[in-house]
Amino acid sequence: MSIRSSAAEMAEALTKKEISAVELANQHYAQIEAVDKDVHAFLHLDKAGALAQAESIDKKRAAGEKLPPLAGVPLALKDVLVQKGVPTTCGSKMLEGWRPPYDATVVTKLKDAGIVILGKTNMDEFAMGSSTENSAYGPTHNPWDLTRIPGGSGGGSAAALAAFEAPLAIGTDTGGSIRQPAAVTATVGVKPTYGGVSRYGLVAFSSSLDQAGPCARTVLDTAMLHQSIAGFDPKDSTSINHAVPDVVAAAKKKDVKGLKIGIVKQLSGAGYQKGVENKFNDAVAELVKLGAEIVEVSCPNFEYALAAYYLIAPSECSSNLARFDSMRFGIRIGDDGSKGAEEVMNLTRQVGFGREVKRRIILGTYALSSGYYDAYYGSAQKVRTLIKRDFDAAFEKCDVLVSPTAPTTAFKIGEKSEDPLAMYLNDIATIPVNLAGIGGMSLPCGLADEDNLPVGFQIMSPAMKDDRMYLVGGALEAALLSKWGKPILDFAPRLAGSK
Amino acid sequence: MSLNYDQAIEKYEPTLGLEVHVELNTKSKMFCGCATEFGAEPNTQTCPVCLGLPGALPVVNKTAIESSILIGLALNCSIAPFSRFARKNYFYPDMPKNFQTSQYDEPICINGFLDVEIETYEGNKVFRIDIERVHMEEDTGKSLHVGGSTGRIHGAEYSLLDYNRAGIPLVEIVTKIVPNTGKYAPQVARAYVAALRDILRGLKVSDVKMEQGSLRCDVNLSLAPSGSGELGTRSETKNVNSLRSVETAVSGEILRQANRLQSGEKIVQETRHFLEESGETRPGRSKEKAEDYRYFPEPDLVPVVPDNKWIEELRKTLPEKPADRRKRLQSEWSVPEKEMTAMVNAELLDTVEETVKLGADPTKARSWWLGEISRIANERDVVATELISVTAVAQIINLINQGELTDKLARQVVDGVIAGEGTPADVISKRGLKVVSDDGALMKAIEDAIAAQPDTAERVRGGNIPAAGALIGAVMKATGGQADAAKVRELLLKHLGQ
Repeated sequence: MSIRSSAAEMAEALTKKEISAVELANQHYAQIEAVDKDVHAFLHLDKAGALAQAESIDKKRAAGEKLPPLAGVPLALKDVLVQKGVPTTCGSKMLEGWRPPYDATVVTKLKDAGIVILGKTNMDEFAMGSSTENSAYGPTHNPWDLTRIPGGSGGGSAAALAAFEAPLAIGTDTGGSIRQPAAVTATVGVKPTYGGVSRYGLVAFSSSLDQAGPCARTVLDTAMLHQSIAGFDPKDSTSINHAVPDVVAAAKKKDVKGLKIGIVKQLSGAGYQKGVENKFNDAVAELVKLGAEIVEVSCPNFEYALAAYYLIAPSECSSNLARFDSMRFGIRIGDDGSKGAEEVMNLTRQVGFGREVKRRIILGTYALSSGYYDAYYGSAQKVRTLIKRDFDAAFEKCDVLVSPTAPTTAFKIGEKSEDPLAMYLNDIATIPVNLAGIGGMSLPCGLADEDNLPVGFQIMSPAMKDDRMYLVGGALEAALLSKWGKPILDFAPRLAGSK
Repeated sequence: MSLNYDQAIEKYEPTLGLEVHVELNTKSKMFCGCATEFGAEPNTQTCPVCLGLPGALPVVNKTAIESSILIGLALNCSIAPFSRFARKNYFYPDMPKNFQTSQYDEPICINGFLDVEIETYEGNKVFRIDIERVHMEEDTGKSLHVGGSTGRIHGAEYSLLDYNRAGIPLVEIVTKIVPNTGKYAPQVARAYVAALRDILRGLKVSDVKMEQGSLRCDVNLSLAPSGSGELGTRSETKNVNSLRSVETAVSGEILRQANRLQSGEKIVQETRHFLEESGETRPGRSKEKAEDYRYFPEPDLVPVVPDNKWIEELRKTLPEKPADRRKRLQSEWSVPEKEMTAMVNAELLDTVEETVKLGADPTKARSWWLGEISRIANERDVVATELISVTAVAQIINLINQGELTDKLARQVVDGVIAGEGTPADVISKRGLKVVSDDGALMKAIEDAIAAQPDTAERVRGGNIPAAGALIGAVMKATGGQADAAKVRELLLKHLGQ
């Protein structure tokens, strides 16, 4: 067992008492110490809290207590989920120094599952971005090539997995923030069905789209983490009061015979890198070999998904971020006793919010203004309904849909930061899933020929049928592993100092 | 030369619109589990949800929905099969999220009505007030501006914020425009708020204490030239916090607007603040440039979809309508119309009913509460029920009926209870206010009186019954007024062979 093992293997070693949770956490802290100065996946390490949690797990295990399956396994938490007493910044200057007085439901569930939270990971400010360059605390670097982006907004979580700083991570996905980072780092990430995982304590970007989800290096690990955090939460009105599908069993099944897999015509072609399309097609061929049936489906309204998303998400964000007014939490600028509340709020926002956040607040405020509401927000909601119908129609013909996760492999840091529209196009294949509230997974399907960088394969399943993504993902992962002969991350260059 | 009220009404026709905010008396807040107790230490009834901390989410209080449906049903509204919350976006430091979660274009109850009756010189008149909507929202926190002379934000040195009230459930009841009230507009407005308050009290969904702000009224008023059929520009007077103020605010606005129009000025669409002390209004923010609240459906909450079964179950629990109850009590107690109205106007109907429920005679209960007790209350400028409890009054009336107290003694007992000397029994024993009904003691006093006035006694024996008055008077004096005069008379006449 090493830090390159899967979470499932670590869990087994812990159960067999081959290693203690404290030792395991320390090994990961040693790796973080060694590589994170280059990767910058973490914003904050909660060493004391994590080791105390690990020690208590070890004690329970020594006492012969029956523990949950992932008890003692370390995890990296995206800094957009509140953890009691631990700094939570959302990658923003605005929340510098804020220590939340409560735990997000996901955090409570992680603690209940005995999972050891190592620290908080870097992200685009308030989850707005596709490269983690929008973090107020500096970008995260892709472990495959430190000059490249790790995706975003959850670049920190994905990079932590790829750099073996943690075997498990939590991300959040509003338009692709779990899946696109997974794609460009060759890790696995799942956006569960909207309402499948509680949003309580997830600092909102766009409430109707945000969804927390599991990230790991294998499909099974992702499923085990999914099972640990999913389920109804009375504190979240939009959470679904429904049994969580057995995703772990699905991940282990590895059988897609007779399954109908739909390829979305609109999610390919212009804008998609050649190497990405090739690896995607190779993976589809593997699925055919495994006995799956391929159908082509058309989702004509996907064309409008990006436009609708960039009205709905900014609109909701303009309202969600209104609470950052310097009154009750976070930083406060210019309060010298001579200025009024509104002036202090304005000064604080000038300093506290980054450019992309300001851009989206302004966009959303405009889209909701009287006289524009129907044309912008109203129309976007209609498009959303049409996209849902596209998915409904497609799922009548097939069990899951597949596409490349992102149109390109990881680009260079700085390459697109001056061109927001080019940046937004990264999420063209992931956004429809959020608009429809269904489930989406990204898993690695190879390295693009042009640049030898990871390509992500996206699997989309109907609402509350999250097990189907795991069924297909587990089977594809096994087939690709036997084809490659070793895990894809073993093809990555070794980071300096890596343990 | 300025117009007086009668002249104003002759020239202009007022149109009313009333918005009433009711704080529900649920144990917990609208979207979280925090307590709603009035007057707690600042910021002790808060949590991540009502403080609007990052990441916190609202969950709707089911009791608040139930109360809102009950209000809708009592106001003859339709209950919407699908209603939603929206966000009303604006900045204010005492509003934690910088948006208020409120129902907007999809309220829970719509299209109801309430009939109100007012007394006029031409007899009682009934006005039907159409209700446009009943919707749910959350209250804001409170700002306390410190320093400066006015206690207002302008000129204050700093402000303190108390979020205990933030998130307390509010229901807003909005009327359609109320036309054709003419000169009775002020009375109709008052009667409507009073009737609404009675209904809410009957439903037990709110404390309806205007002085504590659990029932707040905004008065919209516009004038148009009489007979023109037009609708003028309206003003909205905020924070009208007593029934009397509702009436004053309406008549005051009629006068103010009429005089402006008369001198050729325009009415500005604006919010005005009611000044309790002077009964006048002062301008607040102008609404000429309407604020853009950027409403949109609250994505953190699911729609409210009450099923018919639930609505019908709630309908069954509706109490008797206040107007029906009045009619029933009037007939049960055989009270004349005028007396009934007096009780209602004095806001003592509930009190009298409770007193009767404790066994007191209805006529006596009414006359004690409206007479002696109200008189003292008026003198001291307090509410009658704050002076003395229903239980004490019922006990006193029962003692009168049992012959244990005379009216005169009972007044002393009431005084004693009000003075804080304890229960009626305590006062009676401390002050020694027992009716002398012991025949032996009375006979001794009667014999003494006869001995003192033998001539008078002779006359009575001879058939001159009215002459007994002097003897009775003497007995009453001897017993310090504690004897029952009727009893004395009976014993005396018997003793003298009459």
